[in-house]
Amino acid sequence: METLGTLILIFISAALINNFVLTYFLGICPFLGVSNKTENAVNMGLATTFVMTLTAAATWPIYNYVLVPFHVPFLQYVSFIIIIAALVQLVEMYIRKSSPALYRALGIYLPLITTNCAVLGLALFMVLRDYNYLQSIVFGFATGVGFTLAIVMMSGIREELEFADVPRHFQGVSMTLIVSGMLALAFMGFAGLIRG
Amino acid sequence: MAGKGLGYEFKKGLWQELPPFRLVLGTCPALAVTNSVVNGIAMGLATLFVLLGANIMVSLLRRFVASQVRIASYIVIIALLVTVTDMFMAAFFPPISKALGPYLPLIIVNCMILGRAEAFAQKNPVLPSIADALGIGIGFLLSLAAMGLIREVLGFGTILHFRVLGDWFEPWIVMILPAGAFLVFGGLVALVNYISSRKAAKAAETARV
Repeated sequence: METLGTLILIFISAALINNFVLTYFLGICPFLGVSNKTENAVNMGLATTFVMTLTAAATWPIYNYVLVPFHVPFLQYVSFIIIIAALVQLVEMYIRKSSPALYRALGIYLPLITTNCAVLGLALFMVLRDYNYLQSIVFGFATGVGFTLAIVMMSGIREELEFADVPRHFQGVSMTLIVSGMLALAFMGFAGLIRG
Repeated sequence: MAGKGLGYEFKKGLWQELPPFRLVLGTCPALAVTNSVVNGIAMGLATLFVLLGANIMVSLLRRFVASQVRIASYIVIIALLVTVTDMFMAAFFPPISKALGPYLPLIIVNCMILGRAEAFAQKNPVLPSIADALGIGIGFLLSLAAMGLIREVLGFGTILHFRVLGDWFEPWIVMILPAGAFLVFGGLVALVNYISSRKAAKAAETARV
């Protein structure tokens, strides 16, 4: 039972309280780039969640069964980034074969995920926090959910912003960042969720 | 490219292509580690070193790397340089290395570095690539330091841990929090937009006269 409690705790903390985008600033590039339409944002979020879960599942055994036994944990950055790049490539090939419709929807976003710092950040945090295998997978999935949540909310706000009268110099990126600041403030409210 | 000279390649990074505010690249570290001036400068220096190394190596290898695998090979080059930087920092500046935490390894996926390799170094000889890296890197360093300065003064009332504002000053806690980073960054982007549109207007005026 205790493990289930820990897993739920990890999930809530990664998806809401320590949302990767809004508190760790990871994955800002796609967050700013793809959040102008809700439909795109949902697709990007789904693709990223998928890759994140797989990344957690693939990097954990490599780190713990290959890098640590051979005493080369300093190679973790190089190996993680190669794993992520290979994984994204494989996922892209698989989706193209199995479901062309999904591929058309996600196609352009998949390569972008390789340079999404949230994915590498996830692998690094996983190592730093000493999660076990199951916890890592939950952590990866929750991070993806958090990313999707943030990007979809942002896209909703930005669709409204198109009709707002924003001062000229604040238009575009600047306004998006300030709105993200507000969103980050709002997300701080979740910090009270886990206590005791 | 060759006609513009090294000075131009260096200078463009300082304003025209100022990385975080103009190109909106490398935003993750710009937001994450700028809660104090020291952290901003340390991050800026680390990035400058990696950028310089990556530009030099990519430029030297530009005739040997097949174009299908170029992105993958650039990433590996960058990852190696970052590993070196990370180990150097951990050995000689442990407190800073601790403060930067996982953001130091995350330089690997700083899109600015990959962007320079792809957009500049792979098409240009070594010297212009060095000038380009220095310009962009120093522009990045100054931007981070500026953000760190604003956030540290407003959030703690200090600069480099020295008290500059008196006891009357009530620190704005929000500036140290993640939300403050977004707000300062958004404000600075607007400021850069404002200054450059003023400049453009002035240039247009002088051209007319």
